[in-house]
This record gives sequence, structure tokens and C-alpha cells, in this order.
Amino acid sequence: MGENHTRPLSEIEIRVKALETLLIEKGLVDPAAVDALIDTYEHKVGPRNGAKVVARAWTDPAYKQRLLADGTKAILELGYSGIQGEDMVVVENTPEVHNVLVCTLCSCYPWPTLGLPPVWYKSAPYRSRVVIDPRGVLKEFGTEVADEVKVKVWDSTAELRYMVLPERPAGTEGWSEAQLAELVSRDAMIGVAKVAAPGK
Amino acid sequence: MNGIHDLGGMHGLGPIVVEKNEPVFHHAWERRVFGMFLPLAATGAFGVDELRHAIERMGAPAYLNTSYYEHWLFAYETLLVEKGVLTQSELTTRRQQIAQGPV
Repeated sequence: MGENHTRPLSEIEIRVKALETLLIEKGLVDPAAVDALIDTYEHKVGPRNGAKVVARAWTDPAYKQRLLADGTKAILELGYSGIQGEDMVVVENTPEVHNVLVCTLCSCYPWPTLGLPPVWYKSAPYRSRVVIDPRGVLKEFGTEVADEVKVKVWDSTAELRYMVLPERPAGTEGWSEAQLAELVSRDAMIGVAKVAAPGK
Repeated sequence: MNGIHDLGGMHGLGPIVVEKNEPVFHHAWERRVFGMFLPLAATGAFGVDELRHAIERMGAPAYLNTSYYEHWLFAYETLLVEKGVLTQSELTTRRQQIAQGPV
């Protein structure tokens, strides 16, 4: 970064460059390793991983059972594991229960299955409000949950990360795992959205 | 310990702003801040819990008025100076050099 700038660096760009160059000189940070990590989380790890987990659970009842019993282990079966996903709990949406995730204290989020969290998830408005007015927040995301459906809010911690297993939409009978995975959005696995029926 | 980071249930923090097709990073500097985290943790300079604790020690106005990766940057600077990996004067001097032009 920083080469060929046509404008002066901002204060924060200066702070970041100062820190990184000092750490490189001290041999504490290898810029190539930094580049590789950026590439991994920008291009390789993301909610498509989680969508595959969901699609597998929708098509393989035995897998779904394992996923709900031990999320970490079942997710590893598909090859997803690692930092910020060491201890995973998967919570299932049903006709009776709708689950939604937050991290009120910071930004805990299941990196191996969903990637890095969006800004709104880390923001003060979402973190403060979803625990006291979850139905109101869901409505803002365009998600209507009927009065008789119980809404559960799961507050992630540094050690424990949640992921929502959304309900499989009607009209997808006989679909392949790959087709189903295409339907599953990041927001549905956070619980602020549902998976829409195809064609809707 | 509670503090400004403990936001659950607080009122009046404004609307939730959702960005459509949000990129993973919004600025090049955010990439660098993110990418330094694991290498720094691997050196044993600090752990995840210490990082979070450093963020929680930010003052309330700074916590609410700075972005997520600025929180991380603040925590790196704080912890690395506290642990003697860097000195504040090294940081200050280097920032001045960078601000003045190519090093």
C-alpha cells in the first residue's frame, strides 16, 4: 500500500503504515503473510461455505442430526474449521422458533462458515437493539415473524459462535445440494432473513 | 467488567444501516489492519482476549465514533507499546516521517 499516492495519506493511513513498517523491520510481521491472509478472507472464506453446510443438512437427515449435536465436528466434515470457528453451535429454525445471532460485546462471528461480518453486524445500533426488540429489527430487514413463533436471540462469545440453520423453503423438493446452496444467503444464516421460496 | 462495549439493551444508538453488496473491506488500510492480526497473535505479542480488552479500554466517545478496524489498530498500538515491543516515540517518529513524504 501507499505507493504512488496522488493525495496525501490520511491520518489513519499514516498510523497503519507506521505500525506495519516498524513491525516488518523488527521481523514480527511478514508482509507476504499479511497479503495471504487478506486474500484468504477477502476471496476464499465466506458465506458460500455456510450455505453448503445448510444444503447438506437439508438433504441428509443424518448429517443434520450430527450438525445440531456437534456443530464444530459436522462443519469440519465439509472441511471448514479454524480461527473464530473453534466451537460452533448450530441453531435450527422451525415453524415454532426463529433464531437470530448477535455479539452484543464486540463482533464475534463464525469466520470459517460465514467469512468476516458485515459492518451492520458490528455496529452499535444492531448490537444494542436486537436483544430488546428482535421482532422490530427483523422487520427492518424485511423479515416478518408471526406472533405465535418464538424468537430466540443468541449472543455469541469469544469462545462460542453460532450459526442459524434456516428452514428449507417449500417448492424445492428434489433439488440437488448445489442448487439448494445457491438459495441460502448470509443473512439467513445470521437469522435476519429467511430463505425465500424459489421464484419469490 | 461492563463498559461502553456492553451495548446490549442500550437505547438511542440510531438506525441499523445495511449496505447492499458490501465489500469485505472498505479501504486498503483496513486490509492491512486485518491481515496483521494473526501474524501478531502468532508472535505471542498478545492474545485475542487481550485485544478485546484493549478495545474495551477505549474511552466511550472514541469507541462509538471510530470504525471497527480503527478499534483493532488502537488495540495493536496500545498493547505493543504496553508490552515493550514498540515505543510510543518510535511510532510518533515514524508517523512524522511518513507524513513528510517518502521514507
